[in-house]
Amino acid sequence: MTEQQARPIDPLTPVLSADWGEKRSWTLPVYETGGGYRAARRALAEMTPEQVVGEVKDSGLRGRGGAGFPTGMKWGFIPQDNPNPKYLVVNADESEPGTCKDTPLMMASPHLLVEGVILASYAIRAHHAFIYVRGEILQVVRRLQQAVREAYDAGHLGRDIHGSGYDLDVVVHAGAGAYICGEETALLDSLEGRRGQPRLRPPFPAVAGLYASPTVINNVESIASVPGIIRNGAEWFASMGTEKSKGHVLYSLSGHVTNPGQFEAPLGITLRELIDMAGGIREGHELKFWTPGGSSTPILTAEHLDVPLDYEAVGAAGSMLGTRALQVFDETTSVVRAVLRWTEFYKHESCGKCTPCREGTWWLVQTLKRLEAGQGEEGDIEKLVDLCDNILGRSFCALGDGATSPITSAVEHFREEFEAGMHTPAWELFPYRASTVFTPEVATA
Amino acid sequence: MTAEKAPERAGSSEVERSDLVTVTIDGVSTSVPKDTLVIRAAEQIGVQIPRFCDHPLLAPVGACRQCLVEVPDAGNGRGMPKPQASCTLQVAEGMVVETQATNAKADKAQQGVMELLLINHPLDCPVCDKGGECPLQNQALSNGRGESRFEGVKRTFPKPINISAQVLLDRERCVLCARCTRFSEQIAGDPFIALVERGALQQVGIYEKQPFESYFSGNTIQICPVGALTSADYRFRSRPFDLVSSPSVAEHDACGSAIRVDHRRGKVMRRLAGNDPEVNEEWITDKDRFAFHYARGDDRLTFPRVRDEETGELRPASWPEAFAVAARGLARAAAAGGVGVLPGGRLTAEDAYAYATFARVALGTNDVDFRARPHSREEAEFLAHEVVLSGLAGRGATYADLEGASTVVLAGLEPEEEAGTIFLRLRKAARKGTRVVAVAPFTTRGLAKLDGRLVRTAPGEEAAALAALRQDAQTTLDGTAVVLVGERLATSPGALSAALELARSTGARLAWVPRRAGDRGAVETGCLPTLLPGGRPVADAAARVDAAAEWGVGSLPETPGRDADAIVAAALSGDLAGLVVGGVDPDDTADPAAFRAALDAASYVVALELRETDVTRAADVVFPVAPVADKAGTFVTWEGRPRPFDVVLGDPGVLPDARVLAGVAEELGRPLGFRHTLEARARMEQMGAWDGERAAMSVHRPGPPLSAADRSAPSGSVRMRLATWKQMLDLGSMQDGEKHLRATARTPVALLPEAVARAMGGHVTITGDRGSIDLPVRAADLPEGVVWVPARSTGRGVLADLASPGSTVTVRGLP
Repeated sequence: MTEQQARPIDPLTPVLSADWGEKRSWTLPVYETGGGYRAARRALAEMTPEQVVGEVKDSGLRGRGGAGFPTGMKWGFIPQDNPNPKYLVVNADESEPGTCKDTPLMMASPHLLVEGVILASYAIRAHHAFIYVRGEILQVVRRLQQAVREAYDAGHLGRDIHGSGYDLDVVVHAGAGAYICGEETALLDSLEGRRGQPRLRPPFPAVAGLYASPTVINNVESIASVPGIIRNGAEWFASMGTEKSKGHVLYSLSGHVTNPGQFEAPLGITLRELIDMAGGIREGHELKFWTPGGSSTPILTAEHLDVPLDYEAVGAAGSMLGTRALQVFDETTSVVRAVLRWTEFYKHESCGKCTPCREGTWWLVQTLKRLEAGQGEEGDIEKLVDLCDNILGRSFCALGDGATSPITSAVEHFREEFEAGMHTPAWELFPYRASTVFTPEVATA
Repeated sequence: MTAEKAPERAGSSEVERSDLVTVTIDGVSTSVPKDTLVIRAAEQIGVQIPRFCDHPLLAPVGACRQCLVEVPDAGNGRGMPKPQASCTLQVAEGMVVETQATNAKADKAQQGVMELLLINHPLDCPVCDKGGECPLQNQALSNGRGESRFEGVKRTFPKPINISAQVLLDRERCVLCARCTRFSEQIAGDPFIALVERGALQQVGIYEKQPFESYFSGNTIQICPVGALTSADYRFRSRPFDLVSSPSVAEHDACGSAIRVDHRRGKVMRRLAGNDPEVNEEWITDKDRFAFHYARGDDRLTFPRVRDEETGELRPASWPEAFAVAARGLARAAAAGGVGVLPGGRLTAEDAYAYATFARVALGTNDVDFRARPHSREEAEFLAHEVVLSGLAGRGATYADLEGASTVVLAGLEPEEEAGTIFLRLRKAARKGTRVVAVAPFTTRGLAKLDGRLVRTAPGEEAAALAALRQDAQTTLDGTAVVLVGERLATSPGALSAALELARSTGARLAWVPRRAGDRGAVETGCLPTLLPGGRPVADAAARVDAAAEWGVGSLPETPGRDADAIVAAALSGDLAGLVVGGVDPDDTADPAAFRAALDAASYVVALELRETDVTRAADVVFPVAPVADKAGTFVTWEGRPRPFDVVLGDPGVLPDARVLAGVAEELGRPLGFRHTLEARARMEQMGAWDGERAAMSVHRPGPPLSAADRSAPSGSVRMRLATWKQMLDLGSMQDGEKHLRATARTPVALLPEAVARAMGGHVTITGDRGSIDLPVRAADLPEGVVWVPARSTGRGVLADLASPGSTVTVRGLP
């Protein structure tokens, strides 16, 4: 608390989430009242595509989907001498356990995304953009469709936008419920009407992506950050964050905190600060472990509370910033159980294309289930770790790698709990009712 | 291996030095062409990296991850952080690769993947067809750990399910390498199987409404690296280590595909594709693979028979008796007017040479014609003028020429149905940019898969269409272009002449594609009334003298003989008294009824056959002959490429046609000069090719267009021109006994132009001058007034039951 009081200003920087409190924030009039679509109008009227790319490059914006690749640089890879049409594809297939930033963003401020799409498409000279939304979040699909319709009616989309001579069509496409379709090349296959499975690279999407044409694929939050950069300038954006991780991002706190939710802050804030803003860990409990960026990122513990949450520092701490999905678990939680649940997710979502992920997750789940039930055998932990070693870096895409992260990191930090799996069921060591947040009478007991 | 191979004629065969990339694999430096995959570069230095999904003829996919290697230096001084799939990684100058042979990490990566592949595999090798020849089994031993650490529950599925009548899928054994689905999509163009579901439950699936009816489906069984795909035909029949494998050549079409015949105790158990990059690469049609039981039926002839003079019935006879009886009968018939020789189109070149020699030397006639199908004088001239001797080095075309062609024009030829190996090579070419143009009545499925252009042509109008291609806005033929003409073009007056003219005027290559394996060999060996062996024209005195000298006879008959139709007509009229008939199915001939009548009318008929047919029943002497598996010989492909093969089974109780003819000739007192196949081959080769003047080609004009009278029809019906050809899988006698194979044939339908199809309803009766057939109707983009039916998929076939191709038939809707 003392640290927070020492700070002269509020650490929160609501940009993407600025409108979330407004009544009917998702409608065009509300968005335009707050200055919406001015950046797009100005860019189309006054800026060249190269200038838009340059501004985004200068801002230091890095991909918000997890990998953190510089967005402006990605746009610059699009070969403009390629005779094929260029495409912008927005990856809105948010499906990772714990990750829940794009969904509220699109729910509350769909127009911010649409305006970002206009700017990004203009920058790469695309005349078609696709927003690939996770199919299960039907309300979001409807909000986006409504927003796109409003934008067409207002002349923000369609032919000759605001007399600029620039044409842009936006299609909102609902996925069919596969985590793998968040992998950008699987997403492209799915968007083309095929089965979503990752593609061989090269060719990279920038050269031959959607319909074998140059394609930029960006995360929702990355695209939604662009209007602010164009409106306020690269310098404004770069003034936030740390040296190599610039700007504002959404941190999604979930799990055993008093007030879970979205916190928009500059990159580099620490979990300690975020937990404070969330009202602290569930009363009477203490932090046990947490994920910095969703279930695919190695778990961290209380000793990492002061790690600045930017790409570099989290990487140095042995994990990844990922999607900043901070799942917080207190001491009532069985690590073995949590890891098993995640692994079951990966088994269920493995696309089946490559052997390590397909077969490995099948095996991992069975071993973890035994450990959860206290029926583990001598050597199971070594086998688990060796199995992860045979999957990590051997699978076709990052899904297989992601499936191993929680296991290897959990064994590293909480090996004793896995060892207990040789004799005692996890539900005896950590009665599961105690860790649920939906039964307050138990939780406060 | 394949990367090195450049087409012989279409491009340079030398790899440019500057295109070579030097890499170091396991400490051995090697230079390979750029873009070579690491897995193939490793093969060059003798390192076999284990693999499942990789196949040199399929696009890389990198799915199984079995071929992981370490790359300490990617060629830029930096190493790759993770093991790389060597089947998707291209070499780079200076790249350093370490495989399982020298790198512990690579070895562990491979062992890890192998262990994972096996956790859900049933390990039922002892009862699996693939056991003993299984890449999974072999590589699990060479690159896997001795024991599995998996102690959990395996994924199970119900045991095999049919994905077609012929192909069965055992999903438990499948390692999901996707070779089968990729073959179907990339090579055959029949993507009727695809991977469905996900994770460990991923499996090969079919779309129920479109069954896996592909003419090439058997290849998926062969390239399956585990026992997941098996054939209904071979399943549980034998173990690989009990089989003897003999290389051979497929006898079902003129493509000359290399095959491997696996047999056990004198019985062929299965056939597989041989690997011949020049011809069929590693693929064969399902007919080549599965149709081999025809020689094993109850109707197989096993001993000679002669017609008993008292009872008039055929009775068994010894070989010497049969030779003597046949010789006596033929001598009488020759004296009574002459003997015509109809050897059929399924002979080896050696056997065909024996027929050609037998006709000239033993019978003293040029009345010999291998064409047991509709034919024409124009065709005979075309064969003598253009086709014969246009072998590999000549003006003809090869598979490699197809692959390197800018444009391939197809006329009177539907490759997917009539020459499957050509189809696959064309599809490979088309995917690389070759333009296919078909002079045909409608867009066939094959043409659609070749992404080809249809020059919509009614039967009889091919000549005009080919002439128009000489100056066509969309298609320009250059020196790399190839014109392929099918044997069916013989029935369209002027068409072969027009094709020749098209090739001459544009510089395009021209090749004739017959349907049967022996057709081209029969042309080369002189089984034509106008042609002696080696392309010697009968009409050329010098050529006759040359041939006579080779045969050791004083002179040869001077006038060109009768063609097959004329032989039939002469036998009917009594001008010819005798017939020697080889493997001819009466229902394949231009007029089946006339052919049968001729058999009855001829006073003496000698039949050389494999199985009992209408010909053997009518014959006075019947000689059983050896099936392809029981004899050595040579098939000549449509390219003119000799494809010699050796005896597979070697049943001493059967003789090849050549030996039978030699026996009869000796009884006639006019020996052929050879008895055995190898002797025939030696004589044939010694006789060699004619180096004199080619036979000339006269001018042939297209037939008249349909007249108004042709079009008038009784009310409720329409008069239409008949287009027809054989489908690959049909009622052909060499597919007899193949119930699983036949079940994958396409459903016979009559194709009608859209408007007519709509007006006619679901079924039609088509009536021609020989009878009527009923067929279900489908619409196609046919020219007005043209109906298409499959030639041999119903009853006794179109020629016997309906009318001749190109003639006018009446089509009436069935209520």
